[in-house]
Amino acid sequence: MTPLAIPAFTVTTALGRGLGAQLGALHRGRSGLRAAPFEGCGLPGWTGVVDGLDQPLSAPWQDWDCRNNRLAELGLQQDGFFEAAVRLRERHGAARVGLFIGSSTAGVHQTEGAYRERGSSSGPLPAWFRYRNTQNMYSVADYLRLRLGLDGVSMVISTACSSSAKVFASAQRAIAAGFCDAAIVGGVDSLCQTTLYGFNSLQLLSSAPCRPADIARNGISIGEAAGFAIVEPGADAAFALLGYGESSDAWHMSAPEPDGRGAFEAMSAALQRASLIAAAVDYINLHGTATPANDLAESRAVCRVFGSATACSSTKGWTGHTLGAAGIVEAVLSLLCLENGLIPRSLNSVEIDPAIEADIILETRRAPIRHVLSNSFGFGGSNCSLLFGRQP
Amino acid sequence: MSLFVDAIGVAMPGLDGWPATAAVLRGDASWIAAALSLHAPNLLPPNERRRATAAVRLAFKVAEEAIAASMLPASGIASVFASSDADTDVIHRICTALARDGRTVSPTDFHNSVHNAAPGYWSIAIQSRLPSVSLSAWDGVFAAGLNEAAALVMVERLPVLLVCYDTTPPEPLLATRGLAAAGGVAFLLVPVRSAATIARLIVTPSTQSESVINDTALEALRLAGTATRALPLLQQLAGREPGRVVIAATGSRCIAIDIEPC
Repeated sequence: MTPLAIPAFTVTTALGRGLGAQLGALHRGRSGLRAAPFEGCGLPGWTGVVDGLDQPLSAPWQDWDCRNNRLAELGLQQDGFFEAAVRLRERHGAARVGLFIGSSTAGVHQTEGAYRERGSSSGPLPAWFRYRNTQNMYSVADYLRLRLGLDGVSMVISTACSSSAKVFASAQRAIAAGFCDAAIVGGVDSLCQTTLYGFNSLQLLSSAPCRPADIARNGISIGEAAGFAIVEPGADAAFALLGYGESSDAWHMSAPEPDGRGAFEAMSAALQRASLIAAAVDYINLHGTATPANDLAESRAVCRVFGSATACSSTKGWTGHTLGAAGIVEAVLSLLCLENGLIPRSLNSVEIDPAIEADIILETRRAPIRHVLSNSFGFGGSNCSLLFGRQP
Repeated sequence: MSLFVDAIGVAMPGLDGWPATAAVLRGDASWIAAALSLHAPNLLPPNERRRATAAVRLAFKVAEEAIAASMLPASGIASVFASSDADTDVIHRICTALARDGRTVSPTDFHNSVHNAAPGYWSIAIQSRLPSVSLSAWDGVFAAGLNEAAALVMVERLPVLLVCYDTTPPEPLLATRGLAAAGGVAFLLVPVRSAATIARLIVTPSTQSESVINDTALEALRLAGTATRALPLLQQLAGREPGRVVIAATGSRCIAIDIEPC
């Protein structure tokens, strides 16, 4: 494919707001995970909470007020992204800028609160509840569309934890098909009880900070995040999306195919689209959730494509698993790694599972990076790999 | 750039299957309001068939009809699943459970709560490892799904099954999301004309006003659901006449679909 320029990007996670906060934490070796339970959840475990989400949206946006849209707004305000998005709109026209946002739970946190307030009654939900602006899966893209004054093709992609990786593929296709000239892609997913208690019911929630690839790994730590990027063919930009690959496991709703067959196909397709050989990739940002099944299947797939010498790490120990936002978080961290020649260690991982043969990096190091691959896999067997490099 | 429709599946109130729907939309049969029957997904293993939710059953009903009418092997077909709200029965059960002491969420409900649950089951059922996209765009979700599916067909040259579906939410959600009509529609879209091709489509962004149905009851049905927004397109295809249909997407945007019967 023709490289797709990425002239602007930003991310806000438990590590802090914007690119500088992510880079600073990666250099200092500071995790964003905290032991404090989310909103009195009685569950053990660590979460990657973004601070500052207790402030409601400004008055004109009152109907949209919920944790997810507050996080979207906070993310939009970092690194001059809002201004860059407005300039993009002015350059191409509101109708020609696409908007592709990934999320897995949108504003369900608001619905949980409405049901709690309703209690055991069989009556209606409280009058303050706004289904369309908060619960509906499209709500976060609708909010961003109105905030940015966009009126082109727009959608929320929701394929669980691959959602905001797949937005890059959808945007590239929409541009190639002539449905838009440029696009804003991103992902927003916020903490809620549905995912905390849901992953707990599947026994996939770690009681300690998650330890990707570690012999003692026992599940995920959930985080929240908002991240965005502009993709604009021919734009003046240092970095570009060079390839992407998507596949389905066709195996199980909530467990990966044990040999990572779908992951293998997604990574291979990304390399093929970029016309690159495996040896041209210097760092792989793993999906690396720290569940026993994911990390082993992913390592098998990585080794089948790349062998066992390519540097790999999961950044889930830094940010937590941000679910529907994981794709954009790790895409942006990959771009930061490219820019700074940085290979971050797999934080919290101490003793690597001997069955995991991929080269898991345990000490952050500086090294020149030509190309980065970022993996995102989700429930329903949805896989997406993204390949980034310098704009030729 | 254009694409081709090879097969269609329909399940809407009073419109059961594409042949019966086409007869109603051509005016050869009258529309009688009738609730959708609960479909038993033939392609699911017995255990999962029994436990399948209403949303999964609806998506499978139209997907199975479109695949059965095609000559392509199902495992070679990519998919786009477009749904405004996916499985509101599951969301209702989880939020109800979380409002109780103990907050015990069923693990099955949780993995069925993802927006891509139906396509997850579908890819397993047909053993397709090709890309699958699940998306939402409120009432414009059919148009958004057609955009995504058309781009997949035209750019990646893949056969794509587009499935748009939404069930009627249970109370108390129904009072806040008034989708009165459950409905599903499926289109098998291909990059190259085949012996099974029904029509050629050209999809473009548009600012024209959306097409309506000149029948009060069917026009009300069009506005009462999400997949039902495809009714003008289905009517044009049923009439086997060339023409243009405009369907509302998000914001003030519409998509125009130019149809040439084959």
